Amino acid sequence: MMPRLRRSMLFIPGNSPNMIQNAGVLNADSIILDVEDAVSIGEKDSARNLIKNALMQVNFYGCEVVVRVNSPSTAFGMKDLRVLSQSKPDAFMIPMATEKDIIKADQIITEAEKKAEIKEGHIKLIPIAETAYAVENIAAIIKSSNRIEAVLLGAEDLTADLEITRTKDGDEINYARNKISNICKAYRIQAIDTPYADVNDYDGLLKDTIKGKNLGMSGKAAINPRQVDIIHTAYSPSPEEIEYAQNVIKAMEDAKAEGKGVFSYEGKMIDAPIILRAETVIKKAKLAGIL
Amino acid sequence: MIITKAARAGTLESSDIFIMIMPNTEDGIEIQLESLVIKQFGEQIRRVIMDTLQRMEIKKVKVIANDRGALDYAIRSRVETAVQRALSNEEES
Repeated sequence: MMPRLRRSMLFIPGNSPNMIQNAGVLNADSIILDVEDAVSIGEKDSARNLIKNALMQVNFYGCEVVVRVNSPSTAFGMKDLRVLSQSKPDAFMIPMATEKDIIKADQIITEAEKKAEIKEGHIKLIPIAETAYAVENIAAIIKSSNRIEAVLLGAEDLTADLEITRTKDGDEINYARNKISNICKAYRIQAIDTPYADVNDYDGLLKDTIKGKNLGMSGKAAINPRQVDIIHTAYSPSPEEIEYAQNVIKAMEDAKAEGKGVFSYEGKMIDAPIILRAETVIKKAKLAGIL
Repeated sequence: MIITKAARAGTLESSDIFIMIMPNTEDGIEIQLESLVIKQFGEQIRRVIMDTLQRMEIKKVKVIANDRGALDYAIRSRVETAVQRALSNEEES
């Protein structure tokens, strides 16, 4: 089954009614209601209640709604998971993820799902790999819960943990991007790239997004609605890619009808990986509403 | 339940509502509402505040509400938070 399209995942501060109630019209594939970094210690309770009620009453127009909770290692995080599970978000995003935190989150969600008579496994998990430990142990973290559908790379905290400078070029996170994307592909889940911090540099954003995509990322987090369309441009199949994929599929069907096992298109032999790539392009284009 | 301690929640930003609750010297629930849209939605805002308080079994409280165009879910959330804060004995950690 093709996973949900997550080209863009837009962070929304969790204690702002104005931003929460408009989040569904910002064109992002997913929105992340943030009760962690975007909310001060003294307002965690307020944001939690606001998100709980918003999940039950606000129309997000079919957009995936993810909640970034506080770390399950804290009392805030435990309460976030307990209270908010009952309002059925599509997923929880877990900061500073470790195997222990993911197991704990899974247990709390499972209990809450039972209590609220929600189908077990409905609520997904998206760990954030933002420590050297998480990057090195991402496979074990993924294996800690069947709820995990994607991993977000968090480069700001990661580079702080590594005691290195975060740059616009992002060469310092090449290793983390490669490792996260490769392991996520191995487990058939999505790798979401770190946000681009300069919200006024659109060229830089596009360059950074393409760089992540070329390293195997499946989508990118955004911290401003203005970043969404640029991210979509990079992660959506281009008209040329779609046309080529359609022609490959048609050539394959023609070859099958003629009883040919091997065939060529535009002078190039077409084999299984090229067909798989073409099929993926078509599926992505359909999910993105381009086809 | 009776509110014996003052507490507040919310902001004066657009689409939000600022709620302050305090002990009421009189019996029952008293609501003082200020809103830019009081003529159109005053009744509805009062109803949501009252419903939320009743659901939380609060029988005696004074509420001062300054509305900036909040939708029902935001009003409910801010009232819930203010009540929880008034009833809590300790800070979250």
